[in-house]
Amino acid sequence: MDFLNAIVALANYVLIPGIAYGSQLAIGALGVTLVYGILRFSNFAHGDTMAFGTMITILVTWWMQSVGISLGTLPTALLALPFGIMGCIALVLITDRTVYKFYREQKAKPVILVIVSMGVMFVMNGIVRFIIGPDDQSFSDGPRFIISARDFKRLTGLDEGLGIRTTQVITVVTAIVVVALLFWFLNKTRSGKSMRAYSDNEDLALLSGINPERVVMITWIIVAALATIAGTLYGLDKSFKPFTYFQLLLPIFASAVVGGIGSPLGAIAGGFVIAFSEVTITYAWKKVLGYLMPESLEPNGLVQLMSTDYKFAVSFVILLIVLLFKPTGLFKGQSTT
Amino acid sequence: MTDTVKNSLLFALVFTLIIISGFFQGWNNAMFIVNMGIISAIMALGVNLQWGYAGLFNVGVMGFVALGGLAAVLIGMPATPGAFAAGGTGIVIALLLGAGTIIAAVLAYKRMTAGRNRNLAITAILIFGFFVFRGFLDPAVGLIEDVNPAATGYLGGLNPGTQDTYRDNGWIMLIAWPVGGLFAAGAAWLIGKAALGLRSDYLAIATLGIAEIIIAVLKNEDWLTRGVKNVVGVPRPVPYELDLQNSAVFVERAASLGFDPVEGSTIFVKLLYAVLFAAVLGIIFWLSQRALNSPWGRMLRAIRDNEVAAEAMGKDVTARHLQVFILGSAICGIAGAMMTTLDGQLTPGTYQPLRFTFLIWVMVIVGGSGSNLGSILGGFLIWFLWVQVEPIGLFIMDIITSGMADDNWLRIHLIDSAAQMRLMTMGVIMILVLRFSPRGLIPEK
Repeated sequence: MDFLNAIVALANYVLIPGIAYGSQLAIGALGVTLVYGILRFSNFAHGDTMAFGTMITILVTWWMQSVGISLGTLPTALLALPFGIMGCIALVLITDRTVYKFYREQKAKPVILVIVSMGVMFVMNGIVRFIIGPDDQSFSDGPRFIISARDFKRLTGLDEGLGIRTTQVITVVTAIVVVALLFWFLNKTRSGKSMRAYSDNEDLALLSGINPERVVMITWIIVAALATIAGTLYGLDKSFKPFTYFQLLLPIFASAVVGGIGSPLGAIAGGFVIAFSEVTITYAWKKVLGYLMPESLEPNGLVQLMSTDYKFAVSFVILLIVLLFKPTGLFKGQSTT
Repeated sequence: MTDTVKNSLLFALVFTLIIISGFFQGWNNAMFIVNMGIISAIMALGVNLQWGYAGLFNVGVMGFVALGGLAAVLIGMPATPGAFAAGGTGIVIALLLGAGTIIAAVLAYKRMTAGRNRNLAITAILIFGFFVFRGFLDPAVGLIEDVNPAATGYLGGLNPGTQDTYRDNGWIMLIAWPVGGLFAAGAAWLIGKAALGLRSDYLAIATLGIAEIIIAVLKNEDWLTRGVKNVVGVPRPVPYELDLQNSAVFVERAASLGFDPVEGSTIFVKLLYAVLFAAVLGIIFWLSQRALNSPWGRMLRAIRDNEVAAEAMGKDVTARHLQVFILGSAICGIAGAMMTTLDGQLTPGTYQPLRFTFLIWVMVIVGGSGSNLGSILGGFLIWFLWVQVEPIGLFIMDIITSGMADDNWLRIHLIDSAAQMRLMTMGVIMILVLRFSPRGLIPEK
């Protein structure tokens, strides 16, 4: 019985939150990795792109809530999501036309594009704060739990409860659908194949008659969609605050690099590696160990390896280890030297 | 028009702007802009040394600035009575053990042959070391934080005075500034050893992470910095306004110049700060110019412009990068210590990357990367705009919405959001400069 309790506690506090957070990071990292693969720079504005798409989703959600449109038990935000994606695509394409295109034609060094993306980051951050303000916003509705900890205890008779939030399930299901669609697109469609060809070898791709501007446009559209989905899922699961989205940049970059930047599969793996490391290292293991260990050996303290405020340190250390010892990442992305 | 005339005009323009703001918003405010402008200019010089001279992409400025602030506290504040006796030894032992663990792991990595045994050994050393480190650190931290938690609860600093008299030792802050530089240099050495040699945008991500970690440490290690409870009352190298107002000589002087004692004393204190800061800025600028025009500076630019060619000429690229990374970060650390001195407090919660990292980058880009004079100009100009965009934005919003009713939701929203105009303005300025004048206001020669 103790063993079962330990497993349930582990699932409740580590596995399920880790899977949900990992899915969010993975979708975010896919966006970073696609920009890197096709446009060949690290996009510092990605966190704020996520924030912008999410903001549009939130505004439409509020409007839908006010006129009484809803999805029944699912959060209204899912219905608003396509509008958020549209808004984000518009913003990103305008940015590309007015800002990035110039440097692409100049064949500017990647680092210049990174600095330009810093400028874009300021502007997007400013727009988001200007429209929705710098504060926390909550936009989740519908029932919070699919199964609450109390119901679980009553059903199973265990001491430990297993609560599964609606948003966590939605996150995982959406992530699976999105990733399946993306890989189908990249592997089966003509546009997807031309994207991969362009990412592998730009010159050869151009020689075979691939239109680079079209590839870039499709990339931005996909990136905007991914960013909005990742941002909305994160916002539903936790809450929306512009500054938090900016800070997500670090774990997202870490996921992309750990998996091997430029590799979509790597981005997904990286997202889960980072998420699970963060959750396990900042989780207080007292409860789980308490069930597993004989009474005499039960730990006194919380057995928390690091306080939750150091979660950035976790993604950073993993990032550094990968950069130092396996610079191409787990999935052989583009070289990092 | 020669360069000298043009540059002088640009500087004159910025100072005219500040003087105009002085007429409208009071001299106290204008002096604040000048003082923070000088500090920003120093930070910009540090970033310019890294980016403009050597092409190193450091977006961890915030971390180095915060480390400088930490030095100001550790040097300037008095030791908390009883705190070191309570847990000091434990902390020292823990830190030594922590350092020992890392050294042991590095040694194992270097000495043992690659393979599973080495990986296991390193993992074992790190895990064992971590638990021993925590075993010594945690109880010591608890003991220190229990020492009068409402007022202190941290180790304190090296100020020889007591809790009541430490403010008389304001001169000690002048020592804290270079120490702030040393702290930042130490951190930069560690990061540089690990992350230099990676591609430029990876260094950027690494420095971004380090800065967040440094802030997390300052926020959470209460025994060191009191965390989010903030350290207030950091001593200052200039007199206190209250003492001045109580001094008959000063009041008389101020009156003869037409100032009332309160306003006169605040402006006088800020002027003294400005003189001290300007001296530091002058020294760093002079050193930077000398370095830029020396063989060392030429070598750095050669490396920046073509790394492969410079390496083929026998230049040690990695060593030069490490050197310049440490120097530039040290300059940011000095500026950080000066800023904490000016504020009189260390508030870890207020360090934000947009304000302390990316804004400095805007200064360097707008001023002209590779040009020290440009960085100083950019520092003053962008800081001035950063302060003034808010009132200007409010003013514009007032005009735009003047036709609407007072309770119109759009009017209320626009006026409330005017404060957020800052970031957008900075971003637009940066994008425009990068596009139309990529070499900045005062280009590198």
